[in-house]
Amino acid sequence: MFEALSYDFIQNALIAGLLVSMASGIIGSLIVVNRMVFLAGGIAHTAYGGIGVAVFLGLPIFLGASIFAVLAALIIASITLKHRERMDTFIGLMWAVGMAVGVVLIDLTPGYQADFMSYLFGSILAVSQSDLWFMGGLLAVIGFIMTFWYRDILAVSYDSEYANLRGINVRFFYTLILVLSALTVVVAIKVVGLILVIALLTIPVYIAEKLSNTLYSMMILSGIFSSVFTLIGLWFSYEYDIASGASIILISAMTLFLFLGVNALRGKA
Amino acid sequence: MTVIEIENLTFSYEKQIILENINLKVEEKDFLAIIGPNGGGKSTLLKLILGINPVKKGSIKTFGEKPKKNLSKIGYVPQNTNVNTDFPIKVIEVVLMGHIGTKRPLFGYAKEEKMCALGALSQVGMEKFANEKIGSLSGGQRQRVMIARALCAHPQILILDEPTASIDIEGQKQIYKLLEDLNSYITIIVVSHDISVIMQYANKVVHINKKLTCHDTSGHTDTLSHQCNHFCEVEMFNQFREVK
Repeated sequence: MFEALSYDFIQNALIAGLLVSMASGIIGSLIVVNRMVFLAGGIAHTAYGGIGVAVFLGLPIFLGASIFAVLAALIIASITLKHRERMDTFIGLMWAVGMAVGVVLIDLTPGYQADFMSYLFGSILAVSQSDLWFMGGLLAVIGFIMTFWYRDILAVSYDSEYANLRGINVRFFYTLILVLSALTVVVAIKVVGLILVIALLTIPVYIAEKLSNTLYSMMILSGIFSSVFTLIGLWFSYEYDIASGASIILISAMTLFLFLGVNALRGKA
Repeated sequence: MTVIEIENLTFSYEKQIILENINLKVEEKDFLAIIGPNGGGKSTLLKLILGINPVKKGSIKTFGEKPKKNLSKIGYVPQNTNVNTDFPIKVIEVVLMGHIGTKRPLFGYAKEEKMCALGALSQVGMEKFANEKIGSLSGGQRQRVMIARALCAHPQILILDEPTASIDIEGQKQIYKLLEDLNSYITIIVVSHDISVIMQYANKVVHINKKLTCHDTSGHTDTLSHQCNHFCEVEMFNQFREVK
């Protein structure tokens, strides 16, 4: 086990896991309390279209995926603010079209199909130095925004109508939450893949929500849970040679069931 | 002093007219009750006064100016405070939201803001619950917290939309008692269904069903029904009282 830590790619994987866990803990909390889980799913799958475009044009993957995901977030924000009742239809549409664009463009790229699975299920062991900078930069931006605009984001998340009355720009902060979600989804794709990204953004958060009485503590707790699950999942993945993304999610899910079970028993006793 | 003045107000969503030719004056320290059927336009009128909906035809003035200019002087307690009860937030944080928009520190909450929020909580008798999670309170307690949030900005008018819906009788009494106390220095506007309760406290009752009919109930005699053909719960209530 410990000789593994001397490998660069393992070190990178561990750092990436921690950075993404902290980001997904903070943003996952916002996604859950704002009931945006389906929106985040839509963004994740639309981002696949961006991956396809990046692969096809030979651009950096993070760049293509980020641009697509942020565009998806902006479109979803404007739809949810204007035509709330049609939201699910539009998100379903973007979800499917994004995937289709990605699949077609990757098919059209000559000699490049081997890596297809890595986007669906993550490739944390293939994290590069520049990926780490991107993840670290995103976490810093999220930290900065949460420090200085926490009370606005809290007000918009808890009661957007009242926040509007108190002069907060609800549209701006709602869009900001979605854009940060989009970027977090993109980095989380690297760790657990786009199929499992929703689980990483919700399972640790769900446990943390039950144990917190402020949004702030929920974010910190989610980040800690997420980090622990990621580290344990990575260890299993290394030891038994199984896919890292899936093993991280299964560790999270097992903990969740354990947590729910203990809670249920306590409720009865 | 007239704090709210509405003249010839007509409001419609697309083609459907919601409010038609509304005229209303609210004086300082009035206790105004707004009654009327569901879909009659009560909440829409509140939203117009609060500047959430734009005024297209006619005019609304709060303190002699456009509604948007005086939002900080109006406290608002929205309907349905039972939604989002899972949200991880403490009572004091909810009350502190009342401050947003005024001068504030770079991050977090200033000491004065916290003191002010605690003051508002003690006004509604909820200071002991400041650090509880909002979801752990009863409906009546949560409603009082929402009133504290509105009081936090030291409003001159307090507007409440169905404050006692889905609250037990004891909780309702406490809330109306609280509103009566506040009325000694704040103008109060309440949308409500409980006509029998509201008649004890309100000095003006308006019935809104697209059009507005005003009842002056301060002397407990209602002369209006003799003047025109209007008949609503207020007339019915008065007839009952006469029979008794």
